[in-house]
Amino acid sequence: MTHEHDVMITITVNDENHEVPEGSTVAYLCRDIGLDPEKVAVERNLEIVPRSTLEEALVRAGDRFEIVHFVGGG
Amino acid sequence: MTDLTDAQLDRYARHIILPHIGGAGQAKLLDAHVAVVGAGGIGCPALQYLAAAGVGRITIIDDDNVSLSNLQRQVLFSESDIGTPKVKAAKTALAKINPDVEVAALGERLSADNGANMLAGVDIVLDGTDNFAARLAVNDLCHKLKTPLVSAAIGQFQGQIGTFYGWRDDAPCYRCFVGDAFDAEDCDTCAENGVLGAIVGMMGSFAAMEAIRVLTGFGEEQTGRLHVFDGLKPAMRTMKLHKDAACSTCGTISG
Repeated sequence: MTHEHDVMITITVNDENHEVPEGSTVAYLCRDIGLDPEKVAVERNLEIVPRSTLEEALVRAGDRFEIVHFVGGG
Repeated sequence: MTDLTDAQLDRYARHIILPHIGGAGQAKLLDAHVAVVGAGGIGCPALQYLAAAGVGRITIIDDDNVSLSNLQRQVLFSESDIGTPKVKAAKTALAKINPDVEVAALGERLSADNGANMLAGVDIVLDGTDNFAARLAVNDLCHKLKTPLVSAAIGQFQGQIGTFYGWRDDAPCYRCFVGDAFDAEDCDTCAENGVLGAIVGMMGSFAAMEAIRVLTGFGEEQTGRLHVFDGLKPAMRTMKLHKDAACSTCGTISG
């Protein structure tokens, strides 16, 4: 939930600037950009955030995120 | 360990001269048993390179027949193979490449029930199947059997590949990457989304390279590294993947 008094922090998602309220979790970030955190992998600064921690891991100012959509073809 | 014959010294000269492989590494390949699950766009080039490299035993697992729409990317097959089981056509093609290689062709769909028998005694599994349900089943079997898994996947212009040792304390498995949301998704993702044949070929030969890396120990160790190739740019990103403590396959705590 974004409120007027929230302090916003700037991050990049897939090379584009993005703002989220300070204290947002990585799972919040996923939903904020329209993605189900269960169905993507979230890479932060070249490390994949462990799936079971997405609801607790906090977004930090300056983080560089890449969203990895899985491919399953062969 | 296998002693190399004169013909083998000649055939594998370009491997043997590599300081990271040498005669000892080539002998390891000749003694090795690799299972390739899925003889499709990834499996075909992987099989070609594994056979050419002299991997002594190769088990091919696939329950599908060759169709015309496969030929855009499945380079082991030709028009005369249409309608033939893929494992049979692949076995015939590999015998022409390298008679040193003993090929077992298993024309069945691998499942959690039959998989342990199919993969018994295998040194490494290379997964090039075409859906998440199969990939997760292969992962879970490899974890149970403590067998290294090279998992390579493609979609459209993107490839994703990693080598997994999930039974080890600090090593992730494939499920640590994709989670539990896809166990039921057994659609053929190539048919649904399309794929560029040449990129599948890259990922297949990449997967063969990683299998040979595991068998011979050349270069850098790959535990916990995931490579994502974007053919549109083209560029590859390599990221760290940690074991997820709550992973339902390899985790140490229940989620």
